[in-house]
Amino acid sequence: MEPILRVTELSKSFSRAGKNEFLAVDHASFEVMPGEILGIVGESGSGKSTLAKLITRQIDATTGTIEVDGQDITKLTGRALIPVYAKIQMVFQTPAGSFDQRRTLGDGICESLRNKGVSKAEREAKARGLLEQCGLPGEFLERYPHQVSGGQCQRAAIARALMCDPRILIFDEATSALDVTVQKQIIELLQKLQKEKALAYLFICHNLALVQQFCDKVIVLYDGKIVEHGLPDEVILHPRSDYAKRLVDAIF
Amino acid sequence: MNGTVTVRVQKIKRNTIKARLIFFLALAAILLLITLYADRLAPYDPYAQDLSKSMLAPSAEHWMGTDRYGRDMFSRVLVGAQTSVFSTLALVAAISVFGTVVGTLCGYYGGALDSIVMRISDVCLAFPGLVFALAIAALLGGGVSNAVLALAVISWPKYARVARSQTLALKSSDFMAAARLSGSNSMQMILRHILPNSLGPILVTAMLDIGTMMMELAGLSFLGLGAQPPTAEWGNMMSGGRSMLQTYPWLVLSPGFAIFVTVVIFNLLGDTVRDYMDPKNSRAQ
Repeated sequence: MEPILRVTELSKSFSRAGKNEFLAVDHASFEVMPGEILGIVGESGSGKSTLAKLITRQIDATTGTIEVDGQDITKLTGRALIPVYAKIQMVFQTPAGSFDQRRTLGDGICESLRNKGVSKAEREAKARGLLEQCGLPGEFLERYPHQVSGGQCQRAAIARALMCDPRILIFDEATSALDVTVQKQIIELLQKLQKEKALAYLFICHNLALVQQFCDKVIVLYDGKIVEHGLPDEVILHPRSDYAKRLVDAIF
Repeated sequence: MNGTVTVRVQKIKRNTIKARLIFFLALAAILLLITLYADRLAPYDPYAQDLSKSMLAPSAEHWMGTDRYGRDMFSRVLVGAQTSVFSTLALVAAISVFGTVVGTLCGYYGGALDSIVMRISDVCLAFPGLVFALAIAALLGGGVSNAVLALAVISWPKYARVARSQTLALKSSDFMAAARLSGSNSMQMILRHILPNSLGPILVTAMLDIGTMMMELAGLSFLGLGAQPPTAEWGNMMSGGRSMLQTYPWLVLSPGFAIFVTVVIFNLLGDTVRDYMDPKNSRAQ
């Protein structure tokens, strides 16, 4: 089976005036198979979010390649990315910040289909269905981001990501801003959706316990480098790198 | 329960803001209507001279007195509104639209375009308005349109900067990334997300600028660089009467009062629009 996402020797360097170049992501290589959940853990500044931005082409890679469903997207821009965004979607860290505060959740959820020219009735029907799948009543389409709670907003963000039937979802600390009980509900929702739709997840997180119970594989990122890569139990019970040992010790 | 209370408080707050907005909009509309029909409302011909009636104090016949040529001040103030108010509105409309377009594009695309345009705007901001107006007047001659041109050239950067900083702040937000991931192109991003979100501050800047620009235009006319005599224009009229401020104060006070009232109405309207546009007060169900 072909991987849905393949990242090869991916690096991103930021040049800072008067200083040496700073490698935010340092030759990272990994694959995500269809229907697989890959967890990425690491401390703040380890390059997790940069990795998510690279994969979704929000920023340009310095070297390396990103392939989605066999297609090299490393250099794609503008219009050429639209079909890619039908396969790969992202859920952001701040629930309310990922929706335009002047527009309803429905506007945000339906935007991708609106851009594709799908009729209003059709796209709203689909959005309503997805909202219900994500555990929100359909009338949330009319709500504004500041009228709903963080957990509800994140459910809407998940519905938005599912609108164009993607094959892989990237979660950039998507549950970090939520309290523990809501976090648990969201994880249960993600597990349910993953089973129903055979989705692959790239789950960026700093909660090792969550990763252990939720992910099929895990990557530990430290200083932009992949220092561990394997099954969650292996990485957590038998960490090989110093950093992973410290990370595990800090939590358990 | 807490939610309902918040919503109710928001609703009450929202309704008072709405009432204020309607009130000041109505005042501004009345002002504009008076300006529009000033010719018909004026009791006398604002340009008809009658030296036998010069320097009359305000009375039932001449509400704001007469000037040194016996022209009715009230009629002159009314008709002067056409020059003062309309040229100000045209000026503010032009610079706010131009500045917003330029600033949004600079903020969105960045790069060389941004650097070049922002340096030009620095130069414009650093240039004293008066000196520039003098230069324009020297080149093209005095007159209202040249004064408007001079002010436009040095005033647009204010809007460009507001629009640019708004755009930059919005550009890095998650919802813009989400819109990008929804397959929106640059045009859709700007029209759907950036402009509606930056319109509030720009509108408020424009509303508050109406007062400033009106004063600046009047100031230029006062110095003889804007409207030329005998044109009825508030700044020009104040200039004409300034040497007689102590003996015949109505010559300065009448146009001054007109400027004051107009500026206050537009400033309060600007404040109310700002409150209305604030998303925290808006759209409570």
